[in-house]
Amino acid sequence: MTGKIVAVHGNLVIAETDDRVVQNSVGYCVRSDDVRLLAEVVRVRGRLADMQVFEDTRGLKVGDAVELRREMLSVVLGPGLLGQIYDGLQNPLPKLAEQVGFFLKPGTYIHGLLPDTKWAFTPGVGPGASVQRGDVLGSVPEGIFKHQIMVPFSWQGSFTVEKVVPAGDYTIDDEIAVLKDDAGRSHSVRMQQEWPVKVPLNVSRRRLMPTDPLVTRVRIIDSMFPIVRGGTYCIPGPFGAGKTVLQQITSRYAEVDVVIVAACGERAGEVVETLREFPQLIDPRTGRSLMERTIIICNTSAMPVAAREASVYTAATLGEYYRQMGLHVLLLADSTSRWAQAMRELSGRLEEIPGEEAFPAYLESRIAAFYERGGALELRSGEIGTLTIGGTVSPAGGNFEEPVTQGTLKVVGAFHGLSRARSDARRYPAIDPLDSWSKYTGIIEPAKVAKVHELLIRGNEVRQMMTVVGEEGTSAEDFTVALKADFFDNCYLQQNAFDDVDGATPAERQQFVFNKILEVLDLEFGFEDKNLARQTMVRGTDLFRNWNYAASDSDEYRQLLERIDRFIATKGRDE
Amino acid sequence: MRKYYDDISRIAGNVVTVKAGGVGYDELAVLTSDRGESLAQVIRLESNSVSLQVFAGTQGVANNDRVRFMHKPMQVPFSDALLGRVFDGSGRPRDGRGVVEADMVDIGSPAVNPVKRRMPDKMVQTGIPMIDIFNSLVESQKLPIFSVAGEPYNELLARVGLQANADIIILGGMGLRHDDYLKFRNAFEEGGVLGRAIMFIHTAADPVVECLLVPDLCLAVGEQFALQGKSVLVLLTDMTAFSDALKEIAIVMEQIPSNRGYPGDLYTQLAKRYEKAVDFDGAGSMTVLACVTMPGDDVTHPVPDNTGYITEGQFYLRNGRIEPFGSLSRLKQQVNGKTRDDHRAIMDACIQLYALCRESREKRDMGFEMSEWDTKLLAYGALFEDKIMDLSVNIPLFEALDRCWTILADCFEPAETGIRRAIIEKHWPKPLT
Repeated sequence: MTGKIVAVHGNLVIAETDDRVVQNSVGYCVRSDDVRLLAEVVRVRGRLADMQVFEDTRGLKVGDAVELRREMLSVVLGPGLLGQIYDGLQNPLPKLAEQVGFFLKPGTYIHGLLPDTKWAFTPGVGPGASVQRGDVLGSVPEGIFKHQIMVPFSWQGSFTVEKVVPAGDYTIDDEIAVLKDDAGRSHSVRMQQEWPVKVPLNVSRRRLMPTDPLVTRVRIIDSMFPIVRGGTYCIPGPFGAGKTVLQQITSRYAEVDVVIVAACGERAGEVVETLREFPQLIDPRTGRSLMERTIIICNTSAMPVAAREASVYTAATLGEYYRQMGLHVLLLADSTSRWAQAMRELSGRLEEIPGEEAFPAYLESRIAAFYERGGALELRSGEIGTLTIGGTVSPAGGNFEEPVTQGTLKVVGAFHGLSRARSDARRYPAIDPLDSWSKYTGIIEPAKVAKVHELLIRGNEVRQMMTVVGEEGTSAEDFTVALKADFFDNCYLQQNAFDDVDGATPAERQQFVFNKILEVLDLEFGFEDKNLARQTMVRGTDLFRNWNYAASDSDEYRQLLERIDRFIATKGRDE
Repeated sequence: MRKYYDDISRIAGNVVTVKAGGVGYDELAVLTSDRGESLAQVIRLESNSVSLQVFAGTQGVANNDRVRFMHKPMQVPFSDALLGRVFDGSGRPRDGRGVVEADMVDIGSPAVNPVKRRMPDKMVQTGIPMIDIFNSLVESQKLPIFSVAGEPYNELLARVGLQANADIIILGGMGLRHDDYLKFRNAFEEGGVLGRAIMFIHTAADPVVECLLVPDLCLAVGEQFALQGKSVLVLLTDMTAFSDALKEIAIVMEQIPSNRGYPGDLYTQLAKRYEKAVDFDGAGSMTVLACVTMPGDDVTHPVPDNTGYITEGQFYLRNGRIEPFGSLSRLKQQVNGKTRDDHRAIMDACIQLYALCRESREKRDMGFEMSEWDTKLLAYGALFEDKIMDLSVNIPLFEALDRCWTILADCFEPAETGIRRAIIEKHWPKPLT
């Protein structure tokens, strides 16, 4: 199917064709120097196909040829995805650098997997077995995981296994099984298969209610505003509030099997940090390099904007693929605002009627559909696989009233709002404990969380009152409430990301410390004067903070714990 | 054979639409009118209509004026002969000397492959303590100076240009006042760096659209030097003028505005330029320092707001000083641990104490009684502002650190500074009791 270009405007090309055109199918714009630029059909009007080009359109002319394909924008799935660094269209960036050097080159596309690598295949079924799409035919080891080779997800109906190759080394393109469909036709199965990125991949018995807490080792998240495996959450915040640092910490410590980092339209420097550091870092739970469980999708702000739009879908598809193997996957998208802006740019060029702040009217439904790709599944094998999605939002002017933040808040299960005031005061992580919320239950009993939340709200009220009436006009009781709220904030909510111990608190330790802090908060101090109250709480804060820095089960840890117990027993009068 | 097109169907704003064929998107054209020749760039193709953004503006253009297409994108000559030269926003010499004959390079090249970047780790010493101590500038960083009209941001930029030890300095002026241009020139001449500087200057008197090319010209040339292994410092002033020119073109092209009239792709357009800042793995580096004037001192205005999301921190220039609060260098952690063992301690202590001093000032202004501690803080604040914050202070990093110690010792007891005892014992300039 071919056509000709009739108009070029930014990354939008309008092609004219007499052939069949499929909405959302891909095509190539052929530049006069024979470079082929990948594009996607985004609108069809009569004989005109509007296409967004995933590359710089410089040099395209009216009259240049367009090749239209039937298939939609797809990624290739198979062993060898883990540890890769891709651009938004699944081109491996290190290989691209080997081929074309320092700069990206429009029209250069490389296969996303390793075509020559041999994988040690172990068959999982025998001839005669009846299988359906998504059923396991065998497996290969990939890093620390058993990468399952499944019946291609796009194959409808049931099949009978005609042949499976014996255990041995095969490439992703070797035939590993032959299946016969109901009509008696034979189909060859390879380790690699393709899947269109904009179609959710979900082959399962049913979707489950996500309830299993996902521990990130960030105390304010796990204890106060928890996330769960298969859930969704968002982190909106103004620039400089620490969104990216928070995402980086989560990508390191989150207790999941696979982490997919989608750097969508953000600074290249931040990705460089991740991709230079991750291979060096050891995953404490497996003893292997963190990179072995990570896939980085990197379409930074200077890279073509349409590929940025595709990058979050690419990331979601790869996440869904590993979920089909019964693994727990976490997708971190930084930032979904850049993705939304990419949609806005295209919508503007298509001259669609704009919604709020010129975002397209379908913004909210697209955001909702994206987050809905997360979830916990009971697979056909009975195993449970989850995909958790966490997206950052970069609201213009730091104002949460804007459409992307609002559209996201409607569909996510937890909201970690970062505040400029907290980051200015160096209270990190700068998640605002008053504004944020979570619909999930985490590792701390909800009643206890509610109690502390109540204290934080009251403490804030007292603080505000004190700015008007001064310390003198505040009752000792109210003053103690404010001090207790500060105490909890200082000792528990704040966490030093750059400290080895304080930077990551495991679940059991969080529960233990939380309960200890509750004991302090429950104390009836009965302070006679405010100076004494302040001094006492400062001492308590100092104890707990140092305790946070002490490695679990070290002598220091035990000594501090004894002093804390004495502090509680004597209501802080005497340690 | 040169082919001309003269069927101009529309002239609006700075955009001309002409009937033509075989024209590539983004390529360059020359429009000849009674007022002379002007460069123009293809910004839209629609069957046989070609829309051109005319850099010299469309005043005096007639509907039968001639357009010639160059069949190549905007290019800039690149060689060492550029050093010491001044060009305008279209790349023509502005210093009365001849055209530079050299190989041409395309402007607006594709993005750098992220895997070919390295982690930045070289500090740029500026001699300005507020930068060197508190928010160190790092080679390959992209950093804006947020300021308002009337502040000495151009002077600051010129000083950084003079004192930063860069191999090549490239100045891009957008909407620059002519006397500011002369000031830069004189400063570079007196500082003896003119021989390694290149200037692309668009002044306020030049056609507005011409400033659109300035960042691309600077960055394309800088990139080539960086690929040769040089460390390049690009100074851009003022990026708000650049954004306003983008806005102007977008509105003429009837694009739907997103926020206060700015086009929806403002973020992408700015990022494309700032992201050129790079530390190549296996070649040189390019650092970008840009002025952004904030209309109405409003940081939520689309230009500073989008910039803040792109750049690696920001400096706020207010009342002639670099504000210690709000200013941030996101890369400082990469370098300030390796300078001197007291660098981070001084950085934290001085700022925390200065924050307390501001609180004490508020208390004083509201008529509350000053405690002994408040008095100490007030004395410290005055010294700190005078000897460290003032922009005229020009001392190397180690001297600045020593000066901070002297100020601290003059005002406080060692324990009051909150600095770890081990560091105090090593650096406290007075005998310890």
